[in-house]
Amino acid sequence: MLKIEHLTKKYRGGKKAVNDLNLEIKEGEFIAFIGTSGSGKTTALRMINRMIEPSSGTITLNGKDLSKMNPVTLRRSIGYVIQQIGLMPHMTIRENITLVPKLLKWSKDKKDETAEKLIGLVNLPENYLDLYPVQLSGGQQQRIGVLRALAANQDIILMDEPFGALDPITRDTLQDLMKDLQQRLGKTVIFVTHDMDEAIKLADRICIMHNGEMVQFDTPDEILTHPANDFVKEFIGSHRLIQEKPSAKIVDDVMIKPVSITLEKSLDEAIKLMVSKRVDTLFVTDGHGRLLGYLNVEMITSARHTTQSIADTMNREVEFVKTGTKLQDSVRRILIRNLKNITVIDEEKRLIGLITRANIVDMVYDTIWGEENTEQ
Amino acid sequence: MIEFLTENSGAIIQKTFEHFYISIIALLLGIIVAVPLGIILSKTEKVAKVVLGITSILQTLPSLAILAMMIPFIGVGKVPAIIALFIYTLLPILNNTYIGMRSVNKDLVAAGISMGMTTIQTIRLVELPIAIPVIMAGIRLSAVYVISWATLASYIGAGGLGDFIFNGLNLYQPDFIIGGAVLVTLLALISDFILSKVEKWATPKGLRIVR
Ligand SMILES: Nc1ncnc2c1ncn2[C@@H]1O[C@H](COP(=O)(O)OP(=O)(O)O)[C@@H](O)[C@H]1O
Ligand SMILES: [Mg+2]
Repeated sequence: MLKIEHLTKKYRGGKKAVNDLNLEIKEGEFIAFIGTSGSGKTTALRMINRMIEPSSGTITLNGKDLSKMNPVTLRRSIGYVIQQIGLMPHMTIRENITLVPKLLKWSKDKKDETAEKLIGLVNLPENYLDLYPVQLSGGQQQRIGVLRALAANQDIILMDEPFGALDPITRDTLQDLMKDLQQRLGKTVIFVTHDMDEAIKLADRICIMHNGEMVQFDTPDEILTHPANDFVKEFIGSHRLIQEKPSAKIVDDVMIKPVSITLEKSLDEAIKLMVSKRVDTLFVTDGHGRLLGYLNVEMITSARHTTQSIADTMNREVEFVKTGTKLQDSVRRILIRNLKNITVIDEEKRLIGLITRANIVDMVYDTIWGEENTEQ
Repeated sequence: MIEFLTENSGAIIQKTFEHFYISIIALLLGIIVAVPLGIILSKTEKVAKVVLGITSILQTLPSLAILAMMIPFIGVGKVPAIIALFIYTLLPILNNTYIGMRSVNKDLVAAGISMGMTTIQTIRLVELPIAIPVIMAGIRLSAVYVISWATLASYIGAGGLGDFIFNGLNLYQPDFIIGGAVLVTLLALISDFILSKVEKWATPKGLRIVR
């Protein structure tokens, strides 16, 4: 889909920021450019939407030479998300999301429809559309930044360290969100980062850059198991090379069966269920077993006098991973976000399992014993 | 004072209107010329230095001298007065437009370009709306200047509230001098108040909200 050939950028003074870059990106791939600061990642990325013109080499998109296209038209067809977010302070969230559609002269109805459809994708309520950027937190603003890059159905999205300025928990949430959006909408994403964990977590293939040159371009697994040279080995860090060993396990191997209750039951029934199963948390599902939220004892005690309805009491923000996720990823999430547990859902969002902190203990045990056994 | 007001009520209304009219035409001309010029200058740093240098020198010439210099060229009356006042409104508006445009966060302009805005669109959709409060401050400053300097316009026969003051000076009538000065001040204050409302209205809502 996107083919980069002999791409070189020489800045004034003769420094080659990007040197003879060759790579081919397939439609729907999530590509991460990673490298130390100054390795030429931003320069490479910005040549794709012609914010920077190459000194030599070509980029072709579906067979068309980008240098022959009108740069303004090109940029309207490629999403771009930056670390500084760059929302327009004088425009509402709605106007910010539909900025490219506005440049493309879409009708008001179509723009409104797009904004209303999109804001749900990033788990923000619709009434946020009429707020201004200053009224949102940094993480919420960057969610809008992501939507702005999607609103005109751009097929390719370029992201330059988009989550670099966010706190670790927000960053982690947004990474999950981005990966989910990319898969659901089938977008091609090119993502610049200097964070190896982020690249491993998100990318289908990682392009490791050093001094303007590509050192290795491969899947995360391949890079972790067969680093091209000592630079890559060093860059990955030895702890990750080891960590990768027990990762064969997926959540489905170890998850337990969660105790759940359907939405139409009463709070009294919920308490009885908790007592009989000896748990402090119940997961709430609809009639088809789809996960809706969770209830815990504290929530029941405080709501008991005002309502009997589970729907009014439960918390709808429940953390989940999809079936087939690597165990290591979900355990890391439990640790980073300081969760008690994390649910596992299938493709239809049906609740099928639960990973708890006890699984962390198992994993640490596995890692330690696994290692000692091989050493002996 | 009361006497001055009651005895001259007809003349007061007429002179005030004249004063206002000279001022507002000079100010409007200033806005029409200086705002676009300021926008263009904000795109060319080198030319901007030269142009802003020249206008600030013009600014330091005594107003009376400019007015007197006008006489041999365009004679006396309202037109030379308006031209002279127009020159005075240029610098504050030009300066503020330039500063306002230059102080817009570069990331926002880059974000605009990266989304496919043309240069004109980055000006119209990004820089100008954000620079509005600064530009309006320049316009308010010019308005107050122009109203007070318009007093001198009476000297070259343009009329206005300056007539009361100059007549007062010639005929030793303190009532006329004070009355004229008070009216000029009032006119300046009221204009500034109205422009402050305009500024508020013209500033995009998102820039007024504080978290
Ligand atoms: N406009 C520029 N002029 C000259 N040198 C530049 C310019 N932009 C970037 N560079 C240099 O090019 C190299 C690569 O920069 P960049 O692509 O921003 O790296 P990264 O995004 O990987 O940190 C750096 O050494 C940087 O100093
Ligand atoms: Mg960079």
